[in-house]
Amino acid sequence: MSEVPSELKYTKSHEWLRLEDDGLVTVGISDHAQELLGDLVFVELPEAGLEFVAGDECCVVESVKAASDVYMPISGEVAEVNEALVDEPEIINDSPYDNGWLFKIRPSAEEFDDLMDADAYQDEIAE
Amino acid sequence: MPFIPHTEQEITQMLQTIGADSIEDLFDEIPTHLRAAVLSAVPTGMTEMEVSRLMRQRAEKNTKALCFLGAGAYQHHIPAAVWEITTRGEFYSAYTPYQAEASQGTLQLTYEYQSMMTALTAMDVSNASMYDGASSLAEAILMAVRANRKSKSRKILIPTTVNPVYRQTAHTIVKGQQIDLVEVPYDKATGTVTLDQIKQQAEADITAIVLQQPNFFGCLEAVDEITDWAHENNILVIAAVNPLAITVLNPPGEWGLDEASKGADIACGDGQPLGAPMSAGGPYYGLLCCKQALVRQMPGRIVGRTVDLDGKEGFVLTLQAREQHIRRSKATSNICTNQGLVVTASTIHMAIMGAKGLENTAAACHQNNNNLVVQLCAIADVKKAFAGAHFHETVLQLEVPAQQVLKALMQKGILGGFDLSLDYPELGHAILVCTTEMRNEDDIAAYAKAMQEVLAQTANNVASLQESA
Amino acid sequence: MLIFEHSSHGRNGAPQSPVEKASVSAIPESLLRKNRAALPEVSELQAVRHYTRLSQKNFSIDTQFYPLGSCTMKYNPRACNTLAMLPGFLNAHPLTPDEQNQGFLACMFDLQSMLCEATGMAAFSLAPMAGAQGEFAGVAMIDAYHKSRGDEERREILVPDAAHGTNPATAVMCGFSVKEIPTLDNGDVDLDALKQAVGPQTAGLMLTNPSTLGVFERNIEEIAKVVHQAGGLLYYDGANLNAILGKIRPGDMGFDVIHSNLHKTFSTPHGGGGPGSGAVGVAERLIPFLPLPMVTQEGEQYRYLTAKDCPQSIGRLSAFMGNPGVLLRAYIYMRFLGREGMVRVAEFATLNANYMMAEARRRGFTLAIDSRRASHEFIITLKNEARKYHVSAMDFAKRLLDLGYHAPTTYFPLLVPECLLIEPTESEAKEALDGFMDALEQIKQEAETNPEILHAAPQTLPVKRLDEVRAAKQLDLAYRGSE
Repeated sequence: MSEVPSELKYTKSHEWLRLEDDGLVTVGISDHAQELLGDLVFVELPEAGLEFVAGDECCVVESVKAASDVYMPISGEVAEVNEALVDEPEIINDSPYDNGWLFKIRPSAEEFDDLMDADAYQDEIAE
Repeated sequence: MPFIPHTEQEITQMLQTIGADSIEDLFDEIPTHLRAAVLSAVPTGMTEMEVSRLMRQRAEKNTKALCFLGAGAYQHHIPAAVWEITTRGEFYSAYTPYQAEASQGTLQLTYEYQSMMTALTAMDVSNASMYDGASSLAEAILMAVRANRKSKSRKILIPTTVNPVYRQTAHTIVKGQQIDLVEVPYDKATGTVTLDQIKQQAEADITAIVLQQPNFFGCLEAVDEITDWAHENNILVIAAVNPLAITVLNPPGEWGLDEASKGADIACGDGQPLGAPMSAGGPYYGLLCCKQALVRQMPGRIVGRTVDLDGKEGFVLTLQAREQHIRRSKATSNICTNQGLVVTASTIHMAIMGAKGLENTAAACHQNNNNLVVQLCAIADVKKAFAGAHFHETVLQLEVPAQQVLKALMQKGILGGFDLSLDYPELGHAILVCTTEMRNEDDIAAYAKAMQEVLAQTANNVASLQESA
Repeated sequence: MLIFEHSSHGRNGAPQSPVEKASVSAIPESLLRKNRAALPEVSELQAVRHYTRLSQKNFSIDTQFYPLGSCTMKYNPRACNTLAMLPGFLNAHPLTPDEQNQGFLACMFDLQSMLCEATGMAAFSLAPMAGAQGEFAGVAMIDAYHKSRGDEERREILVPDAAHGTNPATAVMCGFSVKEIPTLDNGDVDLDALKQAVGPQTAGLMLTNPSTLGVFERNIEEIAKVVHQAGGLLYYDGANLNAILGKIRPGDMGFDVIHSNLHKTFSTPHGGGGPGSGAVGVAERLIPFLPLPMVTQEGEQYRYLTAKDCPQSIGRLSAFMGNPGVLLRAYIYMRFLGREGMVRVAEFATLNANYMMAEARRRGFTLAIDSRRASHEFIITLKNEARKYHVSAMDFAKRLLDLGYHAPTTYFPLLVPECLLIEPTESEAKEALDGFMDALEQIKQEAETNPEILHAAPQTLPVKRLDEVRAAKQLDLAYRGSE
């Protein structure tokens, strides 16, 4: 069974989100998603400073046999990206919810609360 | 003779296993009223003896004239071993190496090809080949647009010294992507583009510039100066090169004097001069190389070296997540087939010739062209169109229509060059003449003699026409 | 060992080039190369031996049964190669005046005509250099057709979800958006979904028939009607033409534009990845848009058609004439077949596939679509074996290599879990098919009793399973000298 931490928010496309104390929102891909993809070999991160609308493709994660787009779960500006992934994409496999975060967003709209909670996401991936 | 091995007995057994009465039954899901009638416009089948006779007759009809024609396809010597080995069934009749363990021959050879091509171009990365030089230029342009994220214009500068059919092909392939191909005129004295002319087109944001070296006229572009300027202005440089010529000329990975930004960003070209016969236009292959930073924007197959479970060296297709069979509508290109067999030939060709052999070949092409041009320009009314150095092709201007002259030369067994009047009317009666290492002194003398006779005859004809008028 | 590792500095190859380097002093110093390229320095014998040995590490049609689904790995007759490489063809410069190139042009004209007849299309262009380029040409023609009628709103191409990956990739390359149409369990396109999907935005539908699921699309007439009534055009992906050659023609099914993979149906060699040819054919209304060049006949003479003759053409796709050497091989093969041979190709390709499918059923394999006739290929799904014994289609494939068979296509079509797509082609004899089915059955038993054999396969090839993750992460794409 893949891990679904209860304090996070989730999307149908398997991104997770965490609201930080400074108001930024950290985004990554779920344990379930990294299991589906297998060993990751490459991550293409968005550029800090770019603005996105919820649902935009903003990032690509690649394994040997698959490439998957990561969709911007909420609207906002990219505040920071996890540069460590450029050289070691496997961090996402090892630690999807901590060291394997992808980027942080400065939200521009009130969308965070509308996202799925852990229970809903659990149901979603159980199907 | 459709190469079908079944005996009557086997057919009966197989139908029994299937539970069908006849082969016809196997097609019972196809609506009857849509079924095809006899394909009457297709002739009936032939035996190998009959087909051989037909094909030999047709091959005989093609000309055996001495070839001084280039313009993108060149007659070079190919060692006999090259196609002997290439057409071994194990190379010839294998599929794309998707089952790596059963395809190490093709995979290792492709890795060696990529190694040789990066050495030749002085670029970081080569893919396993594109279709031909023209389509590899088109893919290079698409790649530049993806790669240059700082540029928003999707504007590509293409000098008119780039092979016209390459420009036409690029136009066909990129026009669906809202990419603007902006032509830059050339300098009439040198047959090359100057930085001043480029700057006139380049006030706004430019994504990339294409430079062909040697250019279509055989002239040599100021690649260092233009590359440096392009990089200062955040413009990617796409080099279109003749891979044989760059054994003598500065390779694209070395273009530019600024150490920090040195080198074209993408190099493309046609691999034909390295082991592919002219063969009426193909199959050739397109080479495509780039700087390391652009590798994930590269279209087509790429082979990587890795290890197996025991740690033994082996080769696989890699970076496949860029490709259509995984990325579908988001792939870097729709390409899947490459020109594998021609790449096989080319790799063997490069191995046998070696860098020194290729360099001596290239130098001989150049020298022969100089000799030819000297002899032709000794004839009255033949002159060089452009000052400056040439590689192995030169534009000559005549006083009479090129087509007429070329036709007359043909009657004397000389394929005399390419008529430029359609693509470059401003050059007047101009032809592009080419020599490779295969044209010896006698061939060159024969051409000069034929040209002299043809022009003299034409002058007589003109004179007699004037008399009779 | 790489060819580079056979290299010795200063070793000179063979008398293949001028011995002395001619002067290049006419070229300014700044434009000359400074360092000689680091190509291998080997003798001709070393090169010949090295590449002969490399060739022996390949599986190929000439050495193995190669039932790779969707790829039509049939016998490539040797004569096609020999005759296409006659000096008269090899030494023909592509810009030779047409009058001096009549032998070659005659072959190309005949090939165009035979393809028209075999597919029921009005005209053909041989310009595209591969299937994907044929698709590009086809979709670009659809685009040009709509635009020529001032119909600028048709910006969507419909593609069944079972389609080849090139279909959606091509549509996007041509500037269209893509909408996927679902497939029913019986392999037919979901007609209701199609009816919902079409509209004034529909430029066309790309369809492979028989589909990638190895069955004939029975509702083809209805599909054609739906698409045409919506104002769209119907595109035929010719990857599976071998199944129906001479039996039913795409033109008669209502297709407006098709590409034919000559390297599949018409037996030109795959060459370890190419070159291919994706000749395109069209119905009457699309003729003006065909890519250049084409060959026409005027009296007894043949000549190339150029942009002057065809102002509405989508243009050229290559510097010259596509891949003439490939086209010649296809032409020669078609002359071998003749009209009666073409029909036999489809019949025996279909017989072989249905026989293997029946054998697979008899031997306890699960078929992806059990209720239908196979076309020239069929699909086994190993989802039960995967669940019960923890072996994958990949494991089956690798074990087949050990037993001397090239593996079928795995993991395509994406719709069928753990699938093997098997295409025997007409040129294989019954004993090859039986031998392959025996091997498959043996592997099934091994999966039940000793799945480790499958996981560890292959053991008998030059390398064992390769580390693809390492290959993608620690990119080593070119030899950089010995470390």
